[in-house]
Amino acid sequence: MILAEVVGTVVSPVQIPVLERETLLLLRPIAPDGRAIGKTRIGLDRAQAGVGDRVLILDEGNSARQILSNKDAAVKTIVVAVVDYVETDGVTRYDHRERRS
Amino acid sequence: MYLARVIGRVVASTKSEGLAGVPLQWIQPLDEHGAALGDALVACAVVSTGPGDLVHFVDGREAALACPVTFVPVDAAILGYVEQAYANGVFLGREQQGAER
Amino acid sequence: MLIGKVVGSVVATRKDEKLENRKLLVVQVHDQHDQPKDQYVVAVDAVGAGHGDMVLYATGSSARQTALTENRPCDAVIMAIVDSWDLGGANVYEKWS
Repeated sequence: MILAEVVGTVVSPVQIPVLERETLLLLRPIAPDGRAIGKTRIGLDRAQAGVGDRVLILDEGNSARQILSNKDAAVKTIVVAVVDYVETDGVTRYDHRERRS
Repeated sequence: MYLARVIGRVVASTKSEGLAGVPLQWIQPLDEHGAALGDALVACAVVSTGPGDLVHFVDGREAALACPVTFVPVDAAILGYVEQAYANGVFLGREQQGAER
Repeated sequence: MLIGKVVGSVVATRKDEKLENRKLLVVQVHDQHDQPKDQYVVAVDAVGAGHGDMVLYATGSSARQTALTENRPCDAVIMAIVDSWDLGGANVYEKWS
């Protein structure tokens, strides 16, 4: 799994059947301190995430197909969790709860 | 899964078995700002798209699962037409000028 | 998939037995403007391509999804011979011109 920030939304009215009624989000992979690293992806939202949230994403087909319970789904990237806080070396790098208050 | 722009069409009459009738298109992956992300590549257009369209695609083994015949040597497939992607206050959509269908 | 030109072939007598009777071609990658790149790949030929042909090749586990390469140690396969392509309506490559 990788850490990412939700940076946007994607509206796709014509797509393969397995993606129908799924929410697609634009995801920018980040380091624990929030620096952007790696390529921006599109993922299915399975965690009710919103723009600005930091999330955990799966970017691997086998795991994605397990989550969708569909062994033939052409899906690779899925948002599986909204991150509450991230801590490295004893320092809190990000805290979702602070953002909310 | 990534965001991309369709930039061209590829014609190939000799194809591996199972790929007859599946259009091939050049796509340029994009980041959330609409800037090019890496090199252009060729993908199978599983949904109907054309030059200038914003699309999302999947790479790797999962791409074959989106094709009509799933046992095919395909490592990139366009999964959907993106009407609009929204990130950082900017809307990305179909290219207005330039590319002709 | 990426597009490349077949610039040669590789012959290897001593190799994994699962690669026997498989034609190995050297492909030089071209970009969308038909400019050759300094990037080469050796791919198993699944469509009967020849020297000078512009071909499409697939990589990774997708490359094993042909009758010729299934369950074989292969990570690049030529899966189409390109006739032509255009970029935004302007013809870039034409095989029969």
